[in-house]
Amino acid sequence: MTAILEMRGISKSFPGVKALRNVNLKVEAGEIHAICGENGAGKSTLMKVLSGVHPHGSYEGDIFYDGEKRQFADISDSERLGIIIIHQELALVPLLSIAENIFLGHEPAVMGIIDWDEAFRRTRELLAKVGLNEQPTALITHLGVGKQQLVEIAKALAKKVRLLILDEPTASLNESDSEALLKLLKELRSQGIASILISHKLNELAEVADSITVMRDGSTVETIDARTEEVSEARIIKSMVGREMSERYPHREPRIGDRLFEIRDWRVEHPLHAGREVIKGVSLHVRQGEVVGIAGLMGAGRTELAMSVFGRAYGRNVTGQAFMQGREIDLGSIQKAVAGGIAYLTEDRKGLGLVLGEDIKSNITLANLAGVAWHGVIDDDRESEVAEQYRSKLNIRSSGILQKALNLSGGNQQKVVLSKWLFADPKVLILDEPTRGIDIGAKYEIYTIINDLAASGKGVIVISSEMPELLGICDRLYVMNEGRLVDEMPVREASQEKIMASIMRQHGTAP
Amino acid sequence: MKPEAVETPNKDQAGDGFWKSNLRDYGLLGSLLVIIALFEYLTGGVLLAPANITNLILQNSYIVIMALGMLLIIVGGNIDLSVGSIVGFIGAIAATMMVDYKMPWVPVVGLSLVAGGLIGAAQGYFVAYAKIPSFIVTLGGMLVFRGLTGNILLGQFVGPFPKDFQSISSGFIPDVVSAPLLALFGDVIGANFRWTSMLIGLVGAALLVFTSARRWRHAKAHTMETEPLALFVGKNAVFAVLIVGFCYLLASYRGLPNVLIIMSALILLYMFVTQRMTIGRRIYALGGNRMAAQLSGIRTERLIFLTFVNMGALAGLAGLIVAARLNSATPSAGNSFELDVIAACFIGGASASGGVGKVMGVVIGAFVMGVMNNGMSILGIGIYWQYVVKGLVLLAAVYVDGYQKNIR
Repeated sequence: MTAILEMRGISKSFPGVKALRNVNLKVEAGEIHAICGENGAGKSTLMKVLSGVHPHGSYEGDIFYDGEKRQFADISDSERLGIIIIHQELALVPLLSIAENIFLGHEPAVMGIIDWDEAFRRTRELLAKVGLNEQPTALITHLGVGKQQLVEIAKALAKKVRLLILDEPTASLNESDSEALLKLLKELRSQGIASILISHKLNELAEVADSITVMRDGSTVETIDARTEEVSEARIIKSMVGREMSERYPHREPRIGDRLFEIRDWRVEHPLHAGREVIKGVSLHVRQGEVVGIAGLMGAGRTELAMSVFGRAYGRNVTGQAFMQGREIDLGSIQKAVAGGIAYLTEDRKGLGLVLGEDIKSNITLANLAGVAWHGVIDDDRESEVAEQYRSKLNIRSSGILQKALNLSGGNQQKVVLSKWLFADPKVLILDEPTRGIDIGAKYEIYTIINDLAASGKGVIVISSEMPELLGICDRLYVMNEGRLVDEMPVREASQEKIMASIMRQHGTAP
Repeated sequence: MKPEAVETPNKDQAGDGFWKSNLRDYGLLGSLLVIIALFEYLTGGVLLAPANITNLILQNSYIVIMALGMLLIIVGGNIDLSVGSIVGFIGAIAATMMVDYKMPWVPVVGLSLVAGGLIGAAQGYFVAYAKIPSFIVTLGGMLVFRGLTGNILLGQFVGPFPKDFQSISSGFIPDVVSAPLLALFGDVIGANFRWTSMLIGLVGAALLVFTSARRWRHAKAHTMETEPLALFVGKNAVFAVLIVGFCYLLASYRGLPNVLIIMSALILLYMFVTQRMTIGRRIYALGGNRMAAQLSGIRTERLIFLTFVNMGALAGLAGLIVAARLNSATPSAGNSFELDVIAACFIGGASASGGVGKVMGVVIGAFVMGVMNNGMSILGIGIYWQYVVKGLVLLAAVYVDGYQKNIR
């Protein structure tokens, strides 16, 4: 086999930090090459070197592509040779259509006049390839994060790709969409397109990858040939963290008390389309000290349910009753929901959770400024104490409480958002994808925090697209599909198969 | 998996030193000092003559006052183009009340401030609750209130005003300590030296040094980022000397202008509001990420509304000061003030996308504009060339700002 890409002895420094140390990477033609490692291990930096985001001259070492030494000055240099990178952060124009986004910059046009029939036809083909059932004219802003990701992939396919780099493509996809995507990668492989896949989802890597390169602290640890060797998740994790992983989910003795929070016959209409019900009569409850999971596919309405409960932050014509400790409460506004003891941790921590330009301290106290102020005047000492307290309690790794949220890694950002809500002292926490896009070590810490919350008598509702995670940390599960709760089960009776079965059963009977 | 797995720090967080985060503030202050020195040299010492300093304050007070309100608007992610017209409008109605209806000046001041607040409330309603972009709403307001000003005044100058009203702008604080001091110690500096103003300057400088020393020690004790000791001492020494020297110059002329006292009190108030009060913090969060602020339980609409009410009231105050200074209301009063005010905010480091900006920066920004206006006028540079220079300085300031951010 011949290598399509070889990176030799790559080193890259940022002021104060050596991000890459003598990294070697060899990708064979037509293989799926996975790169894994904890956040900050240098995966994304390596890909930026490869794609020309960090231009030649800003790093040491050599890049060979197609057997020739290459010096990319910018990203268009690498794209011209068929190296296409899909970044973790989506780069779509929200108010343009799918077709416009896919062909942005290289529209099928004659003399500058766009041939829309051609554009739409090709868009439909590409959408079919990535398994996205949407009209080419649909606006990006109306699609969920997961579907937007699929559009990104379709956009890459529209260019003449020979080496596709995907930086955590499935982080925001649910299980079935992830599967479809991985199948797609295999199909591309059979067409001779090589791909580099960066992912935290080790089960996926073990499933599709031909080779797996493990990075740690800016260096390559090893490259495992998955064609000749059976690769287990445990094997990869051991290599990633440098030791054996005993357990992924911290142990907890559930001490479950009385019914704490309950909603009855909750109905929500789409914010833009009045009359279109998104949540169709949901009743659920959480008890003191209980961790309840809500499983479901993307688009099942889980985030919509959570946000509508959180002071009608989503939807219109919200109806239904809410009870806290048996007393009916008004969730008519976010202020009332917070005052009523509810906290909602968003799935989009950068867009909706953090003020990125502000420091850790201000982000932590934002939802409960009254807690550090006296008649509207902030007590600096008290605020710093509070921030320091959470920084050490939740182990937020940073240079100090004055570090900007922007400069934190994903896991530490999530801990800041969690701190914000812990300081607001809610009775019930709704955590929407609390571990999305963060590495294994930080995930474990988040799980531990969730356990501590339950142990202190709070009710925790976890929404997650990773079923093993729900099975690992919850006491009880609801299964949601198409705006309804379709099943409920104690976790000891639950399995991934059973959850999927209840979703599919409902699919089958739905009109 | 155990939780102590060490994460390598993100690339940006390593060298987040004190200098990097504060370079801008010192750069701005340095620019102001350079500009002052330059014009002091070019004008052959006229710029810092006591009479001219007094003039400089009178000319710029209303810009600074409005810039305080504009800062909150811009930090909140909006803009207000109508402030110049509100200045004219409030001047017109105040003049009508005092001259045509012979109302006493104290209630007129109160009513004018309320009227300014109501104008702000009306515009704030459309921005915050009707969700019309502030640029459009206040562009409308700019036209409406300029037009109303003309209609009220019918193209005439209305004045003059009572002496007491005029003294808001052109008066000086009463000198209560000079006479007894003169009696006690005899004539030391000169019979006309305003000792009250000098003493206020000394006390002010002492307070500044005292409070900032306390803050510095406090920050140090809480292991927060502090500036190096030498820099801290140097900076405070410069400030103290500036304040004392400034008051000395004013004291040797006619003392501290009333409007300087009003302006200084407002600057301190808004520093306090932005740095220490929950409402200030919330405005910064709103501008930084509106959705995140909203989902943290902050009433973002009400907050935007309030920034406009505040701006309206401050523009009303500025309108009174301008009218008092000119001793008449004119149809063109406040023309294009909004541009100076907005420019002061952006020169002072406010971000057009919201969430960023400091009171001190904006005050310095206003004085950068003011000193240039004044200096160029003394030099006899034509008004049109002044526009060109001011425009280029604005662009340069924001360019350097962006450039600094990019090289980080």
